[in-house]
Amino acid sequence: MSDLLAALTLQAGYNAALVAIGAALLGFAAGAAGTFLFLRKRALVSDAVAHATLPGVGLAFILMVALGGDGRSLLGLLAGSAVTAGVGLLLVEWIARRTRLAEDAAIGAVLSVFFGIGVVLLTVIQTMSSGRQAGLESFLLGSTAGMLYLDAVVIAVGGALSVLAVWVLRRPMTLVSFDPDYAAACGYDVRRIDLAMMALVMAVTVIGLKIVGLILIVAMLIVPPVTARFWTERAGRVIWIAAGLGAVSGYVGAAVSASAPALPTGPIIVLTATALFLLSLLFAPARGVLAAVLRHRRFQRRVHRRQGLLALARGELIHDPLTLSVLRRAGLIRADGVATEAGRAQAAKAARDEHRWEIARLVNQDTALTGRYDGLTPIERVFTADQIAEFDRHLGPPRPVAGDAAGA
Amino acid sequence: MTPTMTTAARLAGLPAGLDLAAADGEALHPEAAAESPLSIRGLTVSYGEKPAVFSVDATFPDGALSAIIGPNGAGKSTLLKAALGIIPRLSGEVSVFGRPIDAARARIAYVPQRASVDWDFPTSVLDVVSMGLYRRLGLLRRMRSEERAHALACLERVGMTDFADRQIGQLSGGQQQRVFLARALAQGADLYLLDEPFAGVDAATERAIIEVLKSLRAEGRAVVCVHHDLSTVESYFDHVFLINVRRIAEGPVASTFTAGNLQATYGGRLAAGHIEQLRLGGGTA
Repeated sequence: MSDLLAALTLQAGYNAALVAIGAALLGFAAGAAGTFLFLRKRALVSDAVAHATLPGVGLAFILMVALGGDGRSLLGLLAGSAVTAGVGLLLVEWIARRTRLAEDAAIGAVLSVFFGIGVVLLTVIQTMSSGRQAGLESFLLGSTAGMLYLDAVVIAVGGALSVLAVWVLRRPMTLVSFDPDYAAACGYDVRRIDLAMMALVMAVTVIGLKIVGLILIVAMLIVPPVTARFWTERAGRVIWIAAGLGAVSGYVGAAVSASAPALPTGPIIVLTATALFLLSLLFAPARGVLAAVLRHRRFQRRVHRRQGLLALARGELIHDPLTLSVLRRAGLIRADGVATEAGRAQAAKAARDEHRWEIARLVNQDTALTGRYDGLTPIERVFTADQIAEFDRHLGPPRPVAGDAAGA
Repeated sequence: MTPTMTTAARLAGLPAGLDLAAADGEALHPEAAAESPLSIRGLTVSYGEKPAVFSVDATFPDGALSAIIGPNGAGKSTLLKAALGIIPRLSGEVSVFGRPIDAARARIAYVPQRASVDWDFPTSVLDVVSMGLYRRLGLLRRMRSEERAHALACLERVGMTDFADRQIGQLSGGQQQRVFLARALAQGADLYLLDEPFAGVDAATERAIIEVLKSLRAEGRAVVCVHHDLSTVESYFDHVFLINVRRIAEGPVASTFTAGNLQATYGGRLAAGHIEQLRLGGGTA
């Protein structure tokens, strides 16, 4: 526990602190850049882009070695990965636009082909004399063991530029995500905006290869925006909440993985983001699962209460156990099913309101008002007291409700 | 073919009897086209080999309410979308107020079909209306209070002020349509293109929308609606354009919205009894 505390307060050594700060910056950028991908409903394009980085890593290594260099220069490898990721992205876009294949098929094809080529290249590199210690397979799942100051600078600069680009392009990207037809009619070039959106995602993917790896970077792009959506109804806020959640996930995940010897950084970061997602899914106030269940139950109980009161008023027997339990808990019937004083009064009121609605439909031609009849909205909320008094003159005096449910 | 004179021709002071609704491919009088808020020539759109819209010419008049009318699948919405460049066109020229459409984007406001967007999108009513100001705001400038007031005024015009801060998913269909109209109003355009604005809306919304469209006409702006309800054409519109893949007829409602033209547009799909209910004259195409 004290190890975790030390890691969280950046006291667990130089490398651990570097990784935690780098992961937080990466999470921030990925959350912001991934927001529009999610809002545009193209989340999985990022998966194709991420897998298409692998051949670039291999090709860049071979090229750098052939030119007599080290082959492991991070900037060189990232530049190579950006090139093939860009090719993969354009290919997905071209297949979806120019052929009869849908985007999901294009994603599947590009993802597997590029990843296959990448694995072949890595295997070839393994057999090269200088490739033995290349460690390129760490780009699959990320590796923070040998993270350098320069690596953190690459992430910080790249991430800051990505976030700036998201902020500058927020209006066109919001418009294209919400209503691409309208955007096109206004004169925006929808295709170019889409490509810019994907280029941003590609940039974040490339700078995230070192820490999270290409297989899990998709989670960093998608999970924070999806989580953020539970907490707000405004696109502008989704961006910054997602960025914040991404940063927290990166920082906490990196710290947790630094606190124990056998915990891999990338997967722990993703699991942290997933934990935040699950919490939001269950407990978010308006869109969460729990809130939805409670709302539904409340609604169901209101329906049963009304049904039960009308049954009491008509002197019908009630068999539905939920209806009985709702009425009993509200003190409207006794344990043996006989209506209480309060129950008789409310039943009479419910029956009378039904009759009032019938009269309202006859007397009042305004369908905007009578159209609000749903059996649950109290009539007093739709019509004024004067209007209701008017309905009552048509109805005659109220009728009392008999004592027990059998109507004896 | 009966010669018809469009309102555009009248506005342009062209001699009576000049036939703007000429056979397809025939060149329009250049001055009339220059006056027109929306002039389309030889527009063809095709999905695969089957044309959805074929070699259509259309000239819509200024300061008037125009309806594009035709059966389902006749290419009404396609014509509008292709003219705006939302879907690619195979061929055709589109000019807006006498200029190529891309030079006149700022003068056009488009209201898409309500069902074309996801209403669960995280945005408020006022945010959607503000989207009409994005072109003017550019990328970086913040919305000032006068622009916010302008957006609210546009909401007021469609009777939706009370809903400014609602999430758009909580609106009824008619309210959603009004918000889309308010967004178009915010642009302050001279040409309004609406795709089925009255489809599936309540009576109160229909009244509110037609009032706004008539007020736009009174301000001298041009409005073009894709419209499907034949019973309201005569009371709402000044000009009609009848289409069934090809152009069937166009011109003032009084002379063009005739039983003969409708029969030619709808073929057997419109029962004779239905046309009778409309109590139209018996002119032919």
